Amino acid sequence: MPNIILLGTRKGTVIIDRSNAAWHVRPIQHAGIPVCYATRDPRNGTLWSSLDHGHWGPKLSRSIDAGKTWEDVTSLKYPEGARYIVKYLPTPDFDPQAPEGQPEYAEATVFKIWNIAFGNTEQPGRLYAGTIPGGLFVSDDGGDSWKLNRPLWNHESRGGDLFAGGATSENRWGGTPASIDYGVFEPGIHSIVVDPRDSRHLHIAVSSAGVLETTDGGKTWAGRNSGVLNDYLPNPEAEWGHDPHFIAGCGAQPNHIWQQNHCGVFYSEDSAQSWKKVSLPDVGVHFGFPVAVDAEDGRTAWVVPAQGDFQRMAIGGGLCVARTDDGGQSWQVFRNGLPQTNAYDIVLRHGLDIAGDHLCFGSTTGNVYLSEDRGETWQCLGNNFPPVYSVRFG
Amino acid sequence: MPTVAMTPHLYHFFPVLENRKITLAAGSVVELLAAINEIAPGFTDYVLDDRGALRRHVNLSINNTMVVDRKKLTDHVPDDATLYIFQALSGG
Repeated sequence: MPNIILLGTRKGTVIIDRSNAAWHVRPIQHAGIPVCYATRDPRNGTLWSSLDHGHWGPKLSRSIDAGKTWEDVTSLKYPEGARYIVKYLPTPDFDPQAPEGQPEYAEATVFKIWNIAFGNTEQPGRLYAGTIPGGLFVSDDGGDSWKLNRPLWNHESRGGDLFAGGATSENRWGGTPASIDYGVFEPGIHSIVVDPRDSRHLHIAVSSAGVLETTDGGKTWAGRNSGVLNDYLPNPEAEWGHDPHFIAGCGAQPNHIWQQNHCGVFYSEDSAQSWKKVSLPDVGVHFGFPVAVDAEDGRTAWVVPAQGDFQRMAIGGGLCVARTDDGGQSWQVFRNGLPQTNAYDIVLRHGLDIAGDHLCFGSTTGNVYLSEDRGETWQCLGNNFPPVYSVRFG
Repeated sequence: MPTVAMTPHLYHFFPVLENRKITLAAGSVVELLAAINEIAPGFTDYVLDDRGALRRHVNLSINNTMVVDRKKLTDHVPDDATLYIFQALSGG
C-alpha cells in the first residue's frame, strides 16, 4: 500500500502522507516554483522534483530525507557542440509544397526536464531524464552527474550527428506545444519505460515524433510506431510525427505497453513492435493525456477521458475514469465520487498514477482524487491545489 | 571596485548573498559572475544557460546601460560601476 503521494504543481511540490488510514497534506515545498514532475526513487527513497523556473532555468531538486530538505542538482546540461535543427510552428503563409531551405541550427540548452525515471535493480545508481528539446540524459551515480545519450540525439530521424557537422538526413521530429512557453517549437521526451527484466531495454515517447526503443542500453534506437494512426497528417501511417501523450508499461508483463496518443488509445502486446488502436469513442475513450497500467496484468489499463483536442476538458461537464481488463476490447467508465456537473478539468500526461489497487489523479483545475478499489470509486483529497502537472505514488 | 546589486529573488536560492555588499575586481561581466559563483556555488547556473549565455528572462545592466553581449558577456564593468542583475516580470 502506498504511503506517499507526490504532486508536481504550478506552485511547488505537494507531499501527501498516509497515516492512521487517512491522507494528510504537508505545507507546499519549492513554494512559488512550477514543478513539472515530482517522483520518488523506489530503490532508495530519494525524492525528485523537476523545477521549471520561469527565469532561472530548469533544475532538478532532490531530497534524501523524505522531503525535509532539498538540494539543487545543476549538472544536467547539454554538452558543448550539441545542436539541433530548428523547427518552427507553421504560420498562415506556410506552403507545404515549397522546397525546403537549408536547415537552421541552434545550440542546445535545456528548456524543460519533463520526466525522471529510474533504472532497474541491476543498476542502482541509474536515472534517466527526458527533456525539451528532445535529449535523453543518463546518470549512473544517483543523479550527481549526467550525460546526454548521443545515439538518440544523433539519430538519423533528427538529421544525424550534428556534433560532426551538417545534417546528413532530414529532421523528422516535430515540436511539442509544451515547448512554446520557452520561445521555441522543439520536441520533448515525456515518457521513459525501463524493462524490469533487462536494463538494456527501454522505450521512450517523444512529442511529436513517436515511440523509440533500444535493446542495447541506448547504443542504437529504432522507431516503434507501426499501427499508430496519426489523424492530423496527410499520411496517418507516417513513420514519424506522431504525438504520444504518454506511454506506460506493465511491470510483470513488460511486452504489454499502453499509449494515450493525441489520436486515440493504443495498445501493444509485443513490446511496441506493433500497436493496435483500442479507442471506443462511443463510451468516451479516445482523447486524453495519461494512461496507467496494472503492475501484474498487462491487459488492464486506465485512462482519464477528455472531450477531444478541440475541447480539452471533461466530457459533458462530468469527470470519469475508464478501465479496460481485456486489452482495450471493452471499457468500463467509473464516475462514483467524481463531480458530474460543472467539471471542466483536464488531467495532464503525468497526472495519473497507480500503485496496486490505488489510483490517484490531479487536474489543472487543482482537484485531486484517489481510488482505493482500482478506479471504481473515488474520494477527493482536495479542491484547491495549484494546477497539477504530475501525480506519483511513492 | 565594482559593486553588484541583484533581485532579492536570488537571495532565496543563495542566502549567503543577502545582507552583504558585494564588491569584486573590475573585469568582464562573465568574470564578475564567476566571482559571485565562488561566493555562492551554483549561482551562474541560475543566470546563465548550458552554453554560458544569459537566460532569456534575465537582464543585466552596468549602471544604466543594458549589457550588450548576452552570449559571451564580454562587456566591461569598470571600477566605479554597479552591475545590476534583474529578472523580467511575468506570469501569475
